[in-house]
Amino acid sequence: SGMDAILQEKLAEKLLSVRGRSTRQKDRQYVGFATLPNQVHRKSVKKGFDFTLMVAGESGLGKSTLVNSLFLTDLYKDRKLLNAEERISQTVEITKHTVDIEEKGVKLKLTIVDTPGFGDAVNNNECWKPITDYIDQQFEQYFRDESGLNRKNILDNRVHCCLYFIPPFGHGLRPVDVEFMKALHEKVNIIPLIAKADCLTPNEIKKFKDRVRDEIEKFGIKVYQFPECDSDEDEEFKQLDKQLKECTPFAVIGSNTVVEARGQRVRGRLYPWGIVEVENETHCDFVKLRNMLIRSHMHDLKDVTCDVHYENYRAQCIQEMTSKLTQDNRMDSPIPILPLPTPDVETERLIKMKDEELKRMQEMLEKMQQQIHEKDQ
Amino acid sequence: EGGAVPPGRRGTRPGHMTRHQRPCHPLWTRGFCDRIGESDSFSSPLSPKLDMSEMVPPEVRPKPAVPAKPAHVVPSSAHTPHGPGAGGPGSGGSTLLGYIGIDTIIEQMRKKTMKTGFDFNIMVVGHSGLGKSTLVNTLFKSQVSRKSAGWSRDEKIPKTVEIKSVSHVIEEGGVKMKLTIIDTPGFGDQINNNNCWEPIEKYINEQYEKFLKEEVNIARKKRIPDTRVHCCLYFISPTGHSLRQLDIEFMKHLSRVVNLIPVIAKSDTLTPDEKTDFKQRVRKELEICGIEFYPQKEFDEDTEDKSDNDKIREAMPFAVVGSDKEYQVNSKRVLGRKSPWGVVEVENPNHCEFSLLRDFLIRSHLQDLKEVTHNIHYETYRAKRLNDNGGLHPISTGVGDTQESNL
Repeated sequence: SGMDAILQEKLAEKLLSVRGRSTRQKDRQYVGFATLPNQVHRKSVKKGFDFTLMVAGESGLGKSTLVNSLFLTDLYKDRKLLNAEERISQTVEITKHTVDIEEKGVKLKLTIVDTPGFGDAVNNNECWKPITDYIDQQFEQYFRDESGLNRKNILDNRVHCCLYFIPPFGHGLRPVDVEFMKALHEKVNIIPLIAKADCLTPNEIKKFKDRVRDEIEKFGIKVYQFPECDSDEDEEFKQLDKQLKECTPFAVIGSNTVVEARGQRVRGRLYPWGIVEVENETHCDFVKLRNMLIRSHMHDLKDVTCDVHYENYRAQCIQEMTSKLTQDNRMDSPIPILPLPTPDVETERLIKMKDEELKRMQEMLEKMQQQIHEKDQ
Repeated sequence: EGGAVPPGRRGTRPGHMTRHQRPCHPLWTRGFCDRIGESDSFSSPLSPKLDMSEMVPPEVRPKPAVPAKPAHVVPSSAHTPHGPGAGGPGSGGSTLLGYIGIDTIIEQMRKKTMKTGFDFNIMVVGHSGLGKSTLVNTLFKSQVSRKSAGWSRDEKIPKTVEIKSVSHVIEEGGVKMKLTIIDTPGFGDQINNNNCWEPIEKYINEQYEKFLKEEVNIARKKRIPDTRVHCCLYFISPTGHSLRQLDIEFMKHLSRVVNLIPVIAKSDTLTPDEKTDFKQRVRKELEICGIEFYPQKEFDEDTEDKSDNDKIREAMPFAVVGSDKEYQVNSKRVLGRKSPWGVVEVENPNHCEFSLLRDFLIRSHLQDLKEVTHNIHYETYRAKRLNDNGGLHPISTGVGDTQESNL
């Protein structure tokens, strides 16, 4: 967090200044690159972070409310719910909301990718296709940008994490849940959640979680795994980590309203029979999710996206390209400028631009070569 | 005190007795009416004073199982000591000069009903996990669902919609009821749910067909077993937004062939405000899509009916919670669901509308559900069959011999 970064910075400065006052011998031994992490911190804090989070699940499972609760925003203020007639012809859409959040000097550009219409029709065959297409498109765009000439300002729109909402009204995973997760588990970090968990008693939640965990294993679904603790962490931390892992899938509740409970104002839901507090760990796993998603594993989610999912995509892409090129019997081009057969309009334009740039540079090069040649002669 | 209501008899409150008769349905044939009118004095269905026995559910012959509310006799006459309709303040227009004892027929009918008992068939539809079995158990305060009847709690979702029914005989206050719960596992659980209501519609029509076949037989059974679906409870998922596509499709198709009662399942996930909003939106959508749930407006007979039913329609769909566990709340044992933040009491009207549903379904409209099924839905089916085939084929009984139908 920002506080940590600033503290560390101050600590480093102090260390350096202390060192400065120490004996020459000590100076000779100390190089100073131990401050590197702080320098990285400082640069990142200046640059800011970005994070793209996707939420998926049928309508009415509290996705928007949960996002608002997690990030203390009101992203869906002006949302209008469709009525029955409008929904008949609805297909699965992809919508994006971006919000800039700043906390203690650290800036976060948060993008929420929503998937309205998913699973809402009578026939939901392949309703996840628009979603997998979207994820692939972001990979493709990054791939092109990475291989292009102007790499200073690459926009990273890749989806770092997908929160998948499982309805609590069933007995475990439904066919559509299984199919969705299998279609996406090798493209994005999936974190399954049990939505609207306040309609289940603690016993029911436990049974439900056991069931879902079993089914995830049975169907070979690769959900996001928390990284293992470092062996040199203390026992308490390891214990907490273990608890966290045993709690998945998290049973969550969200709320846009503040209620009065036990003399405090908290986010919660007011029922005639009691008050459900979103941040009360005995009521639901919201706090665990928030801590995991934002406070400890945000960076790891990004890393896994870059190192695993994106690399898989890239490798697959290159493989397809090379096989296609050898098929067409053309020369192997080391820099893939035109990776895929059917780019869309935007990327076509980019390609054209870059082609022209290349051409111009080539012409310049030729001219220069000529000049040199003439000079020599 | 001939017609006095015995005290302490549950389910028979004066003024809230079963519905009075409907005007003769246009599709009734003469034969049908003849069969009912075994007693000579009740010949014309619309006789103004004594119109009690025309509305007979054919399953209980020869006497009507349901006493109709006599048109000109004040219902509370059973309690008032002045039997002679000598024009006491409450007796709106009776011209009898002495006491005959006709009102005792109500008591006779009741006795008969108790002896024969009656059937009630209720179907539950909704995707798995919405608490259908639990709700049915809670409604009838006994373990009557398929889950409790020893069927293994099938962990697998069936690939197509199945129809599974389970029957129990339950008794209360001397009245026996053969209750059949028809479950529809697999509804709405697949990825592709196109036309998943078809097996259900088919089942309902098959029951009508079965009944029709029995009816047109020459040698008819004394009491035709009634397997027709009297009521279909449709469970709506409490998303808080609006109806789902599948809900609308199902209800559109089925409201035309059966009495459909939509309920909001697992409603303890909605706060009171969310509940009100959701119900309003659902009602509006049902109206826009032209879905007539029970009690249907077009079958209200008089203003009293209409006002009673309007109140019920305004409150529907009922937001329910079911439970078969008891907890101690304020030194009372209540049925409920216990969470870290409190106990949801199933029978507490501030918590959910379970009691409203129970009273409506069982304590006031049970008989009416059967009547509407018989007089309206079944008759519609019958008329269609007659029109389609230009008369029914010769019917053979189950034994295999061929006999000509009397049509």
